[in-house]
Amino acid sequence: MADHQPENEPLVEVRDLKVYFPVLAGVLRRKVGEVKAVDKVSLDIMQGETLGLVGESGCGKTTAGRAILRLNDITDGTVKIKGKYIHKSSLKEIRKIRPTMQMIFQDPQESLNPRMTVSAIISEPLTEHQNLSKKEREERVFDLMDSVGLNRDFATRYPHEFSGGQRQRIGIARALALNPELIVCDEPIAALDVSIQAQVVNLLEDLQEERNLTYLFISHDLGMVRHIATRVAVMYLGQIVEIGKSESLYSSPLHPYTEALLSAVPEADPEIERTRKAIVLSGDVPSPANPPEGCNFCNRCPKAFDICHKVEPTLTEIEPGRFVSCHLYNG
Amino acid sequence: MAEDISPVLSVKDLKVVFSTRKGEVHAVNTINFDLNSGELLGVVGESGSGKSVTMMSLLGLLPSPPARINGGTVSFEGKDLLKVNPKEIRKIRGGEIGFIFQDPMTSLNPVFSVGFQIMEPLKKHMGLTGRKAQDRALELLDLVGIPDPKKRFKDYPHQFSGGMRQRVMIAIALACDPKLLIADEPTTALDVTIQAQILELVRDLRKKLGMAIIWITHDLGVIAGIATRVIVMYAGQIVEQANVEELFANPQHPYTKALIGTIPAVRGERAKRLNSIRGQAPTTLREPHFCSFHPRCDFAFDKCTSINPQLIEQRKNHLVACHLFEDKGVTVG
Repeated sequence: MADHQPENEPLVEVRDLKVYFPVLAGVLRRKVGEVKAVDKVSLDIMQGETLGLVGESGCGKTTAGRAILRLNDITDGTVKIKGKYIHKSSLKEIRKIRPTMQMIFQDPQESLNPRMTVSAIISEPLTEHQNLSKKEREERVFDLMDSVGLNRDFATRYPHEFSGGQRQRIGIARALALNPELIVCDEPIAALDVSIQAQVVNLLEDLQEERNLTYLFISHDLGMVRHIATRVAVMYLGQIVEIGKSESLYSSPLHPYTEALLSAVPEADPEIERTRKAIVLSGDVPSPANPPEGCNFCNRCPKAFDICHKVEPTLTEIEPGRFVSCHLYNG
Repeated sequence: MAEDISPVLSVKDLKVVFSTRKGEVHAVNTINFDLNSGELLGVVGESGSGKSVTMMSLLGLLPSPPARINGGTVSFEGKDLLKVNPKEIRKIRGGEIGFIFQDPMTSLNPVFSVGFQIMEPLKKHMGLTGRKAQDRALELLDLVGIPDPKKRFKDYPHQFSGGMRQRVMIAIALACDPKLLIADEPTTALDVTIQAQILELVRDLRKKLGMAIIWITHDLGVIAGIATRVIVMYAGQIVEQANVEELFANPQHPYTKALIGTIPAVRGERAKRLNSIRGQAPTTLREPHFCSFHPRCDFAFDKCTSINPQLIEQRKNHLVACHLFEDKGVTVG
């Protein structure tokens, strides 16, 4: 993929990433097929930007995010972070790079150990990766709690004593502990109430500005992604169907799936709602173990024609920085 | 909607408390509303605001203990639903009042076929048997847009996708031609393209069948598109009630305003920074003698900490519970 800003080396470069899960059957657990959770995904994440990764459940967005951090095994393809290929690195080598890449999880309830105090949770990465004295570590934990807006007095409390929004702040503080450059945010606001979502997103934006963080923001909330992301990648059935600058992608979606997806989002405004015409897609997302022949989207696409059922389209740059994987634009 | 027609459902001074180790939680605190026939009443609020508890209490679905109805009346078809005996309410549930829950997987029984589960209310409530029940069930599957109903009739819930399961739930809820349909976050577990399908279906069914619907959700976007009237709940109380256009065009209560302001739009102007509401929703461990929203409200003044505001009609059919409006003509921000 050509860079839209050639002078700017991307922080993350993913090429043809594949994550396949085997389907086992029978007494001998023989492999009878595979689920192509992520299939030939290529993307760049530039230093300091937020790349939004959107798609419906099961499209592979979380798996892709985890694979980039090597939290899932990669079947094929390359991942380069800060100029270093990590897709084949041993776990020992990965461990050395981990401080630069962190993750914020969806459910703050399940991603925090209920038996650890807040200060123990936040300082765990520090004890694992850095040699700090007890005093220094404590100081660092307090700093982190300040920067995510948690009261220092809560350091000795346990996760169950906090609300969802506060728990997510603990998770963010933990992710920030080692001064990472890249943070993969996997549906960080999905479990939160509307009024709290805005608090957390504003915090993420502030932190990004302060610390020059790079985010991969995985979400199914299209409104929130539009708000936070610089560029957006849309996934369908394990593949990226469209990537582009946030504004242009939302104002003029090119891929029929992106178009349908955006048209389906209801707006909190009855005036708009009365005239909004959602493109209602027929049917459901096919199983990634058995994708249709040709284009993955061909059996639900309102604009499909002959070639779509035969040939798989490739992600092509049709405007600077705008990539679409659709036969409609390949001619 | 003509106003002289008596409402389908009328809730007066409903109070529900839960006994917990920390004391009694006032989950629903003096709720009043009417529902007219053909209306789609949207109930919005965040988790813990009491929207589901209110609707569950209407039909005796709350486990008691810990829940206890602490007063009020719910009139439906000339009966007080809070006073009828369990046998009678069982007749109403699934008969005259249909239900759709959030998660279609956990609300369908995995060991019975979909056809059997649709026929169940038909047998229980309408006395249909054999062939007749089956024909009606097939008709219902067709009505909710399940392709090839004859083939899918004997399938089990796990053979359906999330959206299709929700369609089955809707078919079951509609089986006995209910006068009232209560839908509790029916599209929350679904993807947006599937949500669009279900919303389309409900709009369609409403036109065809004309029942009254109560639609509980936290998604203001869904409400804007489907509701005719909206109730906004906060900490177990109704803070605002108005027709949908009026509510979104002229939100009055600071909470409603803030809530609408926190949602990033997919279309039109992109906000530079999201408005957020500071703090978090309170637990209602005592019956509030103050406005529950005052710790998070930018406009709170001394009265807000000492008196619980009443729901008062500020404009025609627009009710607000806020001290700012007691002297008319004051507008927020």
